[in-house]
Amino acid sequence: MKDEDLRDLNLPNYEIPPELTGQLAITTLDRIYNFGRRSSLWPMMFGLACCAIEMICAQAGRYDMARFGMEVMRPSPRQSDVMIVAGTVTKKMVPAIIRLYNQMPEPKYVVAMGACASGGGPFKEGYNVVAGIDKFLPVDVYIPGCPPTPQALIHGMILLQQKIDRQSIKHVRWYDGKKEDAVAVPVPYLGPDLIDPRRIPEIKAKAAELAAQEQQIAPQQA
Amino acid sequence: MTTPAPAETLDLAARFPGAVSADTRPGYTGWIVTPEKLLEFAQFVRDELGYDYLVNLCAVDYLPENRMEVVYNVFKTTGGPGLTFKTWAPRTDPIEIPSVISIWPGADFQEREAWDLYGVKFIGHPDLRRILMWEGFEGHPMRKDWQEAFYDEDVKPFKRRWPDGKHVYAEKRAVYGDNINFKPGFDPEKWTPTDPEEALYKSLKKYKSETTDGIETDHIIVNMGPQHPSTHGVFRAVVVLDGETVVSLKPVMGYLHRNHEKIGERNTWLQNMPYTDRLDYFNSMTNNWGYALAVEKLMGIPVAERAEYIRVIMAELSRIQNHLILIGMLLNDLGAYFTPALYAFEERELILDVFEAVSGSRMMCNYFRFGGVVRDIDEDSLRKIKDLVFDRLPRKIEEFDRLLTENEIIVSRLKGVAPLTAEEAIAYSMAGPMLRASGVPYDIRRADPYGIYDRFDFDVAVRYNGDMYDRYLIRVDEMHQSIRILQQAVKSIPEGPIASQKPSYTTKVPPGESYGRVEGPKGELGFYLVSTGKPNPWRYHVRTPSFVNLTALEKMCIGTKIADFVAILGAVDIVLGELDR
Amino acid sequence: MMTGKGILKGLGVTLKRFIDTYLDDLRWWGKRYYTPEGIAHRSSKDAKGVFTIQYPEEKLPVPEEFRYKPFLLYDEGPNGEQNIRCTSCGICAKACPPQCIWIVRGTDPQTGRPVPQPAGFWIDADICMSCGFCAEYCPFDAIKMDHNYEVASYTRNLMDINDLLKPVSYYASIRPLNYAREEEARKAKEAAKAAKSQA
Repeated sequence: MKDEDLRDLNLPNYEIPPELTGQLAITTLDRIYNFGRRSSLWPMMFGLACCAIEMICAQAGRYDMARFGMEVMRPSPRQSDVMIVAGTVTKKMVPAIIRLYNQMPEPKYVVAMGACASGGGPFKEGYNVVAGIDKFLPVDVYIPGCPPTPQALIHGMILLQQKIDRQSIKHVRWYDGKKEDAVAVPVPYLGPDLIDPRRIPEIKAKAAELAAQEQQIAPQQA
Repeated sequence: MTTPAPAETLDLAARFPGAVSADTRPGYTGWIVTPEKLLEFAQFVRDELGYDYLVNLCAVDYLPENRMEVVYNVFKTTGGPGLTFKTWAPRTDPIEIPSVISIWPGADFQEREAWDLYGVKFIGHPDLRRILMWEGFEGHPMRKDWQEAFYDEDVKPFKRRWPDGKHVYAEKRAVYGDNINFKPGFDPEKWTPTDPEEALYKSLKKYKSETTDGIETDHIIVNMGPQHPSTHGVFRAVVVLDGETVVSLKPVMGYLHRNHEKIGERNTWLQNMPYTDRLDYFNSMTNNWGYALAVEKLMGIPVAERAEYIRVIMAELSRIQNHLILIGMLLNDLGAYFTPALYAFEERELILDVFEAVSGSRMMCNYFRFGGVVRDIDEDSLRKIKDLVFDRLPRKIEEFDRLLTENEIIVSRLKGVAPLTAEEAIAYSMAGPMLRASGVPYDIRRADPYGIYDRFDFDVAVRYNGDMYDRYLIRVDEMHQSIRILQQAVKSIPEGPIASQKPSYTTKVPPGESYGRVEGPKGELGFYLVSTGKPNPWRYHVRTPSFVNLTALEKMCIGTKIADFVAILGAVDIVLGELDR
Repeated sequence: MMTGKGILKGLGVTLKRFIDTYLDDLRWWGKRYYTPEGIAHRSSKDAKGVFTIQYPEEKLPVPEEFRYKPFLLYDEGPNGEQNIRCTSCGICAKACPPQCIWIVRGTDPQTGRPVPQPAGFWIDADICMSCGFCAEYCPFDAIKMDHNYEVASYTRNLMDINDLLKPVSYYASIRPLNYAREEEARKAKEAAKAAKSQA
């Protein structure tokens, strides 16, 4: 651990004797917990589309996310902390993404990289496209851009670090336990179209309403 | 090269009286064949006329004429112009057309795509399943009368945007409040799911258990992907294994199917240009070129002289960075981890700097316009390009050569693995480096020249073993050839205007069809376009090398080890944006 | 041929790269990082050794043509008023490929006739594909592509007219060459107009 890191960690009101600087810090549990998490955010190794290439560039020599402790791209969700949703989320792919998210151990974060993951992007109107991963997952940082340049991605990741710095163990959603999808999100499935289990009553009501309308129109036409 | 007599002069209508007629619609070429005689005609075209290479097959929905057409573009692997023929059936279900898979096995995936998106039933296709959407999806989305949930209008620009364009999220307008659609009366609780995977597993060679040496052994099914570190994106392969040996394999795609063609038919002609960037997102420059070429063919306009040179420079730079990444990633797939890829990305960054300076974006260049390019290369960028092609890139390619080519591990992992003969490669419609590694010297830049490639002195790289090692070497060869082209191009680039047309956001395109093809770094990239004279294309089809090249994946993988599958897939050089569109 | 020669040759390449790192650091002692010359050197054909841009401490300069998200221009009046250049002609909204631009044309409150001012202007940054068509085809140089890529946020990004407006001086600072060229064209046009009205 570097001296500066320790100085960051130390609470402002406590003076450390000069002979102990670099060896000792007085801090809160939240702070050390956050410090640990923000300094080794391991992204999950999966890319969806164009943005994934910029994500690889950010990992490669020129931008080198290793400088932030983010170089360990894990192919397994079990070993990763942050899911960078890099690219267009399609209906066919979204069940797999949700399943991966559910398998990630908390604390877990989601970064929506690029226009597509944030809100559908240029392909939003497409019949197989999910208009933003935030329809299913709690997104922590949105990075606009098509695609965001590697520097923009790193900027987004720094924003995520800042967000983590402000969190408290008492209030993070996975220890809160009040929300039912705090840790696991119901996995959507593929029927005649994409079905989100949380919206089944809504879909059923709407479809019934449409059927009733159709029946009303049909006799009139006859 | 001597060009054989163009097919247009042959009177095929006389050869097949009553079954074949010339396509006389204005702007159209080729022949119209009745479905009954299609196979006989195709056999004749392949065996007697020598059109052995089917490159494109797609359906076109002529809704007003109640006509579903299937278009075939065939070429000769000895070079020269191609032959277009079509067959059609009335648009009432079931739409049935005989499958040409027995004549050109490369039609496999393309027919499945036409079935998936248009509902054209290809009689005689052994495995006609949906390919981009999932089994159980309702409707055939590319049909002209099929509307998506976020449907706004048939064509852009949408009236909702201006002059009274108060912002509304598409979700607010959609019936179900999201990008989903169900039939009236649909009840998700009572609905019994049809397993979308069932047909897939049925199509695999039956898995069996057998007893060898008194030990009962089982074949196992392994699903790789859609999230897998070495499938190069959201690609999935279902593999049946006997021990470690691949017995059967089916690629599953569509996990990045983002409806490029449906959106493309709503877009105006120009609006499609930035969308093509996102096909093969490594090579937006060549994608732009392919599309520009097809539209320029339809419009019948020339390209400004200086722009022709700029196009060649950009396309060849693009090819070099693509091949560098391919080699780096191939080594990744072989287990070398990240070092070669890191070296490759370093060179790519320098090329991307040039792209960014001239076009404004690293990856999504959106640089070509009909008749030219959007802006000139400034002195500074030209100097950078010269530095790269005369100094840095030759040095670095040579360094790659030293780093990898003779490495014993690489040689033993690649030599003799997954060979494909020339005949097989042609039959499966392989394109680009994959075809040339199998000993077929077919390069569109020479075989069916476009742009100004006929002015440059370069060789068509070809290797003859068709194995993995040759697929690696051919990429190195091609980079050397690209450097040669680039050196000539930057020396001889003339001054002058960079566009033959005035910049305008509207484009007048006369009615007709065209097929524009370029030699992309991954293989033949073709655009089949139909214009009705309106501001939007009636049909916009992209024939992508990644998609068609995968037709032979199963053939290449059977009998190899599962670890080699990863490398074989890597050497095909797929990119998901182009594979799934 | 000796087995292992190929591997040794390859290892030689990596070793050379390793040593180059230190040689280059020594050659550029103290000036390799955090200086414009250092960044330029690391992006040139002679770059070797550590290639990394130490973002966020140092940033890779973006070229003039770089495009990220669009913004609207206003001329600063003498009393600090904002004269929006946009006339709400709608060309950008028509040219936009993903149709992410929404414009409400302004109307005169008294007469109800259209006036060349936008009453509302939205760009959905979560749809925008940064293609630059809006800036390319705007006849009034009223919408341009921004260089600022540090726009990540904790919420979705729908930009309204207040988020979009930036002064012309900002545009002149990020795209000096384009700005000079456009100003020249504008002056020439005005001169031609004046000459015509005199004649």
